[in-house]
Amino acid sequence: MATYELKINGNTHSVDVDPSTPILWVLRDHLQLVGTKFGCGISQCGACTIHVEGSATRSCQIPVSSIGNKKITTIEGLSKNGDHPVQQAWLEHDVPQCGYCQAGQIMTAAALLDSNPNPTDEDIEATMSGNICRCGTYTRIKAAIKTAAKSGSLS
Amino acid sequence: MTLVRTTFGRRAFIKRVGLASGGLMIGFSWLAACKDATPEEVVMMPDEWFEMNGFLKIGDNGMVTIMSPNPEIGQNVKTSMPMIVAEELDTDWDNVIVEQAPLNTELYTRQLAGGSQSIRQGWEGLRMAGATARHMLKEAAANLWQVPVAEITTAAGILTHQASGNTAHYGEMASAAAMLEVPEEVEMKDSKDFSIIGTSRKNVDGKKIVTGKPLFGLDTYKEGMLVAMIVHPPAFGMRFKSMDADSVKNMPGIKDVFTIDTYTDGTRKSFADIATFNKKVAIVGETTWQVMQAKKALAVTWEDSPDDSFEIDMFGRIMKTEYPSGKESSQSHALKMAEIGSKKGNVVRKDGNVDKAFKKAAKVLERSYSCPFLAHNTMEPMNFYANVTSDHAELIGPVQTPEFMEQSVAARLGLTLEQVDIQMTRMGGGFGRRLYGHFLTEAAVISQTMQKPIKLVYTREDDMTFGNYRPSYYVTYKAGLDENNQLIAFQVRAGGIPESPLFANRFPAGAVENYQAEEFTIKSNVSVGAWRAPRSNFIAGAEQSFLDELAELAEKDPIDFRLELFDKAIKKPVGENNDYEAERYAGVLKLVREKSGWGKTREGVHRGVAAYYCHNSYVAQVLDIVKKNGVPKIENVCSAVDCGIVVNPDAAANMVEGGVVDGIGHAMYSSVTFNDGEPQQRNFDSYRLIRHSEAPRKQEVHFVKNDIDPTGLGEPPLPPVMGALANALYKANGKRYYHQPFMSNKPLLG
Repeated sequence: MATYELKINGNTHSVDVDPSTPILWVLRDHLQLVGTKFGCGISQCGACTIHVEGSATRSCQIPVSSIGNKKITTIEGLSKNGDHPVQQAWLEHDVPQCGYCQAGQIMTAAALLDSNPNPTDEDIEATMSGNICRCGTYTRIKAAIKTAAKSGSLS
Repeated sequence: MTLVRTTFGRRAFIKRVGLASGGLMIGFSWLAACKDATPEEVVMMPDEWFEMNGFLKIGDNGMVTIMSPNPEIGQNVKTSMPMIVAEELDTDWDNVIVEQAPLNTELYTRQLAGGSQSIRQGWEGLRMAGATARHMLKEAAANLWQVPVAEITTAAGILTHQASGNTAHYGEMASAAAMLEVPEEVEMKDSKDFSIIGTSRKNVDGKKIVTGKPLFGLDTYKEGMLVAMIVHPPAFGMRFKSMDADSVKNMPGIKDVFTIDTYTDGTRKSFADIATFNKKVAIVGETTWQVMQAKKALAVTWEDSPDDSFEIDMFGRIMKTEYPSGKESSQSHALKMAEIGSKKGNVVRKDGNVDKAFKKAAKVLERSYSCPFLAHNTMEPMNFYANVTSDHAELIGPVQTPEFMEQSVAARLGLTLEQVDIQMTRMGGGFGRRLYGHFLTEAAVISQTMQKPIKLVYTREDDMTFGNYRPSYYVTYKAGLDENNQLIAFQVRAGGIPESPLFANRFPAGAVENYQAEEFTIKSNVSVGAWRAPRSNFIAGAEQSFLDELAELAEKDPIDFRLELFDKAIKKPVGENNDYEAERYAGVLKLVREKSGWGKTREGVHRGVAAYYCHNSYVAQVLDIVKKNGVPKIENVCSAVDCGIVVNPDAAANMVEGGVVDGIGHAMYSSVTFNDGEPQQRNFDSYRLIRHSEAPRKQEVHFVKNDIDPTGLGEPPLPPVMGALANALYKANGKRYYHQPFMSNKPLLG
């Protein structure tokens, strides 16, 4: 066990965990930030996607010991009032069905638009292909990303 | 208006009057869901709620709380079922708060998610609940204003008596209304007067989902809760022998390691209990990661299991499933199916004489199709929270069959039904997987053993290798055309491991003079279960591919070919018990033909069509493929759907779009295969699910407009698209696809 000071959603959290513990389980089990989901544990489904220094990262494969001072953003911290353009676009298109994968989808989409404010269909497909949705909401996800891109309010 | 006797669920309307719960309603109102929510915008809660019946209560300020009775698995019933209540109550949807109802078999009927039946079977009861409350509000107003109740009108939560000029909002009458007797009959609206049903309303949980609020079973955290995981045999045909528990008991955070029997001998089991691997290892510890480490380190010895069987009580009928011993492989499965499928099966339906007709036929076509086992792969793995004490069981989590599980878990724990409290959480997918609630029972047994609250968590691997799979199927179709290219004989021989996918009375039964349906089954110890659109999820695609090839042989347009057959079924149906309405079936084909612009050729666009009827709804699809650098890409899927009245159109379209993607994905990529009884796919690195880049670029969904009571949508859009895909791929690649998954080694869709 070791103590780590983690910078998450603008706050510093102190946790005492085994160094091999993935960030996913630190968030869920120790900090009760459960918006980040467990789907596969081998970074194949994207349900656990968070931002590390703004980049979309699968939290199930990042040991807490490797994170250092890097800034983590989870779905809970993506926006203060749940009004990030991607979140708004998701509501506008009523994207979710079961909803379980959607936090991961939103985090991947937000990082994509951050680095590429006007993605083509191919850009969206390439980036979003790491996030699985068993309900099959891909068509709406693509439409929502385009709406968010058009909203022009991305920082 | 339709006058309906309120006999249905009459006991449900025994009221508790003036239920005061002002201020107890905590948290976020859906009202802010579609706006830029700030805490200040959370609406003012009423001081007092008045319960009108089990489905709704009205606040003194006119707000309405509607209970959504059924489990939510992503089919959107938590929004659409309350919409139906709100419609008949005649309230403003903006004043409605939705809550997940508790499990209560006295108040609600069929609290189950499955068979695309929630809306269809809930329709009347939900409407009656709203209409009854509206009537009582009108009666309360009539009493106060001393006017005839028939002269009072309602609209958007306001009661009006035009002649006297009296008006009041529902909240003002709620207290008096709640004191009244439940009327013996109530008026329900004509569908033309609907103002909520048929309009698109956003998912009531939408905001919570996109902001990552705890909604799912796996998000359950309680003070003092431990985490539990199971270890089950690595292969079908194996069982637990021994383990070295001491080797992991001292690992950090580990509290205990022991075996559990999910079911004990003599306990009554329902279909919801079906599962293999009765004895498994339970590991309990402080955190998920710690338990995962112990699970990896634990040495367990397994042994071959003998012949086994599982008896269930299927609504009063005892059914026995046999699990023969042995470790099976996909190779032997395939050989067995081809061999048995080549022999005459058990004849289930016979019209005319196919053998004679085949002899007369000018052209005969015979083709075989197959599909593998599939895992459900709900994105949220199996899990359940359990806190079992000597006289109470608190169980929280995702299960599609809470009514059934309540009975079996009570029996397993030695508790009464009243001592068991199952709370339904939003589910991260169902698809049939959570009809089988063994994980709930396992969680309860582990908690009872530990005498502590625990949350059972399955890893992806635990779930994917557990079974309850979509069975593997095989079908051979044979058809004969006369010299005028008329279909004169049709034979279907369908079977599978361990069940047949046959629906003997579905199309083209009823449309062909000489028709024969046969089936066969092969026993296996691989456990199976309902998987989104059971049986249809294979047979539809096979049948629709065969009809496409048959239309080609008949030198006819594939839609015209089908419409000719439906015409026969409409004018002069053959045989009895035909399980479809030919006119509605033809209707969706005609609609998809019109909407997709079928018949117009576009350079480089390869089109496939299919139509199917299942779970009481009709769906036709046209799927367009374009090739980019030689690689097929699905450009568009156009769906035409007849599911009667559409409650929530945009959400219904979403359901259809999802079914299309899901169907394409599973036909294309997914399978579970076995070697020595061991599933060869354990996680998403080896089990392929469709991904964004492989999904259709665009989708269009069109609904047939009619006044027929609504039917389901969770399943019907999936089966036919497998056929439309195969038929479009044929046009694109010049090759027919008979065996799923269509993609073997190299990627087919770019």
